Amino acid sequence: MLDVDVEKQLGAFKLSARFQAAHGATALFGPSGAGKTSVVNMIAGLVTPDRGTITLDDTVLFDAAEGIDMPPHRRRIGYVFQEGRLFPHLSVRQNLDYGRRMSGQPRDEGEFERIAALLDIGHLLDRRPGKLSGGERQRVAVGRALLMRPRLLLLDEPLASLDTGHKREILPYLVRLRDDAGIPLVYVTHMAAEVRRIATTVVRLDSGRVVATGGLELLKDAEIDL
Amino acid sequence: MFDLSPADWTAVELSLRISIVATACALPFGLAIGWLLARKQFWGKTLVNGLVYLPLVLPPVVTGYLLLISFGRRGPIGEFLYDYFGIVLSFRWTGAALSCGVMGFPLLVRPIRLALEAIDQKLEDAAATLGANRLLVFFSVTLPLALPGIIAGVLLCFARALGEFGATITFVSNIPGETQTISAAIYTLTQVPGGDAAAGRLVLVALALALAAVIASEWFARRAAIRLHGD
Repeated sequence: MLDVDVEKQLGAFKLSARFQAAHGATALFGPSGAGKTSVVNMIAGLVTPDRGTITLDDTVLFDAAEGIDMPPHRRRIGYVFQEGRLFPHLSVRQNLDYGRRMSGQPRDEGEFERIAALLDIGHLLDRRPGKLSGGERQRVAVGRALLMRPRLLLLDEPLASLDTGHKREILPYLVRLRDDAGIPLVYVTHMAAEVRRIATTVVRLDSGRVVATGGLELLKDAEIDL
Repeated sequence: MFDLSPADWTAVELSLRISIVATACALPFGLAIGWLLARKQFWGKTLVNGLVYLPLVLPPVVTGYLLLISFGRRGPIGEFLYDYFGIVLSFRWTGAALSCGVMGFPLLVRPIRLALEAIDQKLEDAAATLGANRLLVFFSVTLPLALPGIIAGVLLCFARALGEFGATITFVSNIPGETQTISAAIYTLTQVPGGDAAAGRLVLVALALALAAVIASEWFARRAAIRLHGD
């Protein structure tokens, strides 16, 4: 269970978000500029809130009052970025292996094979990220985040940089991930269609505030706005 | 150029030794200063930046003189080094390496700084979320991505060190076998009647070394680019 209650002043914009995310996929849903990316950056530890707390299960990741701010490399939270952010100087295999190497975990060929199969990237292992299509790149990014054995997976508009064909190509993998991996997902998007395919819980964000929390029924009136 | 006298060989060997030691010792400082200038905002940054580039714009004689009065046996730093560590720099080849390193430093720092500024810091964030602490991020992401710039800086610094004359001769003089580099030897030979032939041979050596350094750096830079982009 992820429990977020944070505030941060970002220039003239005030972000104040409070929600919980349990198992399954929680969609952080709202128009561009609603503060969705800032929220996931705070969960990952890349942005520091001014006030509030973030806890994951029984671990306090951030607590302004207690002066706790766990650095990102110790949070074990996988993060799939909008632009993939694969390391250009490493092969796909080295990218996938990066998290395991950095945290000094033993090699687990079975897990590697399983995730490569889940995302269908086994044939790309010796390529460089520069030689991948947009859809392949995002699948490798998902695999890289999964192979660090995260306790939570953040996906920030993972399909935004892809054209419609590639979006269709990747969505089934994400659904499979939600059902098979057993890791809670926080999925950021402004596309109602993606929320419909992926989410089990919806958190609607607008102008830096959580305006509604619930199930897919929240989409009906939201779709008109977007 | 192959009938160099033993004295000429000594100058060539000294030049190479001084330039390699100067560049190798300057590199860690160059990385640190380049990183600070590229990434950090701090009080006095303009001053640090100015100090780094000073040897590039000052007359080399002035730099050499400043080194002499600070690192000489009676200079504040030189006296400290001698009293506590028994290190003497003035009139030694190590002093020549110091002056060459100082003169080459701005040329080392600039490409490193530019390369570090060009790196997408979002890649470093991604590395942090994958469990790499700051030191691991630096060595696994930042440094490999900056490698072409680092190679360029190392070559420029090495070439500058190889050609250094003014600051070195002012600081450590022109002692055959100790501080007489190729440049200093050529200068000495041109000052005596009949030294032209010997000077000409050393000029050819200097040309060959400079050319080899440029070709080597091109080769390394291409290798680094291939490693980076996988072509």
